[in-house]
Amino acid sequence: MVPVQTEAPAEAPELAERFEAVVAAEQRIEPRDWMPEAYRATLVRQIAQHAHSEIIGMQPEGNWLTRAPSLRRKAILLAKAQDEAGHGLYLYAAAETLGVDRADLTERLISGRQKYSSIFNYPTLNYADVGVIGWLVDGAAICNQVPLCRCSYGPYARAMVRICKEESFHQRQGYELLMTLMRGTEAQRRMVQDAVDRWWWPSLMMFGPSDGDSPNTARSMAWRIKRHTNDELRQRFVDMTVPQAEHLGVTLPDPELRWNEERGSWDFGEPDWTELQQVIKGNGPCNTQRISVRKAAHENGAWVREAAAEYARKQKEREHDV
Amino acid sequence: MTDDHVYLTLAQGDHEAEARWAYGTGFADPLLGVDTALAPDVDGADLSRYCLMLGDDALVLAQRLIEWCTHAPELEEEVALANLGLDLLGQARMLLTRAGQADGSGRTEDDFAYWRGEHEFHNVRLVEVENGDFAHSIARLLLFATARLALYTEVAERAPDQVLRAVAARGAKELAYHQEYAAGWLLRLGDGTAYSAERMQAGLDAVWPLLDELFTAHEAELRLGLDPAELREPVLTELTALIERATLTVPQLPPLARVGGRAGREGVHTEALGRLLAELQAVAREHPGATW
Repeated sequence: MVPVQTEAPAEAPELAERFEAVVAAEQRIEPRDWMPEAYRATLVRQIAQHAHSEIIGMQPEGNWLTRAPSLRRKAILLAKAQDEAGHGLYLYAAAETLGVDRADLTERLISGRQKYSSIFNYPTLNYADVGVIGWLVDGAAICNQVPLCRCSYGPYARAMVRICKEESFHQRQGYELLMTLMRGTEAQRRMVQDAVDRWWWPSLMMFGPSDGDSPNTARSMAWRIKRHTNDELRQRFVDMTVPQAEHLGVTLPDPELRWNEERGSWDFGEPDWTELQQVIKGNGPCNTQRISVRKAAHENGAWVREAAAEYARKQKEREHDV
Repeated sequence: MTDDHVYLTLAQGDHEAEARWAYGTGFADPLLGVDTALAPDVDGADLSRYCLMLGDDALVLAQRLIEWCTHAPELEEEVALANLGLDLLGQARMLLTRAGQADGSGRTEDDFAYWRGEHEFHNVRLVEVENGDFAHSIARLLLFATARLALYTEVAERAPDQVLRAVAARGAKELAYHQEYAAGWLLRLGDGTAYSAERMQAGLDAVWPLLDELFTAHEAELRLGLDPAELREPVLTELTALIERATLTVPQLPPLARVGGRAGREGVHTEALGRLLAELQAVAREHPGATW
């Protein structure tokens, strides 16, 4: 474990000691507690990125909301999009406990200064994508996020408990859609396989670079923000998913996938990190589109938000006059 | 507690959790368990037609609300508009299902939603016109929710069909929130900035001519003993009070003309409905006979 860098004020060294002790004892740091600036900055970056991912993540599935092929599927998908907006709200609220505000974070998202999960820069091209996103993308998100329910920062940990429950529900619904399609027509089965072929590798890349290339992992683990390395979580996801794929009757597009008796785990191939780097750097299939949709919504809504603020100001003035 | 344990707990089937979900998402048959027998003096064709009128209104407006998803002015509005859409979608599913029971055809909600042409839809034109800006959408929602709340309140008491009464009673609770939501924004936009007041007034002016169709009775509903014309005055009084409180002007505009005496209830729509349905029905129609 790396030594934690803490810069407690010289006049109050006990603050840093208390912080270290709370984290080491698996207790929670709360908003009013002293915390190292780097810890605060790491959390703001991570929580904001997570919130942005929820909001941008509404777009790929939202692409199919108006075309959902049954009213029941439409209701399920709409409820999911609504949950994601709700998750974005809790997460921005958790970030705000660290002294930033939502409007500022939104500006940082649309100006490209803060990131969101690169998975949402891939297009959704048929209705099975909705199911595969639920199964693989939400499944990968759950693997990443369940450990965050025990994150050392209280507001984030508590937000994650509720979010994980809902994500798990989305995952089961995604899988149920795929089961239905696999029992359906030949065309429906082809849609599922096509969607799996396109989403499998991007899902594996959701766990981030290999441990050797992940400079921040050690520090986040020392701070109990992160609990497992990227490679550990990726392996866990593969082990969990392979039997589900078999049950579903789809082929995962990895010729190197095989059971390793010795490790008691599945061996799998290397994702195309060059492609992922392109997507991260902004050249993914949908990067420009996702940000421009978010930017347009924000800008087109400015007059509405201004009106609400002005109305609230007038109301306050009237109350004052009474 | 290990993470694996947490994961297993989350991933296990928890059917109790289904109840937490928005209405209409957790089960396949919206009228499961409800006694669906028709009362002896009710004409099934009339009841079916009336259910389609109300169900199509709800479905088409739900589709318009869904179009706001990822485009709303604020995240709270994303949540609220999706919620409204879910309510209306839930109502539409029950009403369309009831239509297929009442006419004896056994057609399902999806048969009606995905396999009819635009001239077979019986919604009013108000719900199908394009969203416009946020103020325009709020104006439409205000008119619809105010009139539909009044109607559902009547239907819940007086409709000659117990399923319809139950749907309306539940729908009235939802519509009360829709009206409150729309009235809240009417006030904020009307009494907000000069620009928002201008937009809100323009929105009201644009949708006002479509209001009257909600009070124009179709013969099927008259035969069921329900006349929406009785709601015209109370709804107008309520809308007038809300609009004046928002420091705006009640539009003095005549109802939009009909086409050879026909309008939405008779399957004669605006050009917007065909495009809306083309999108709504595209995937289903690409796969005839498929189950989703």
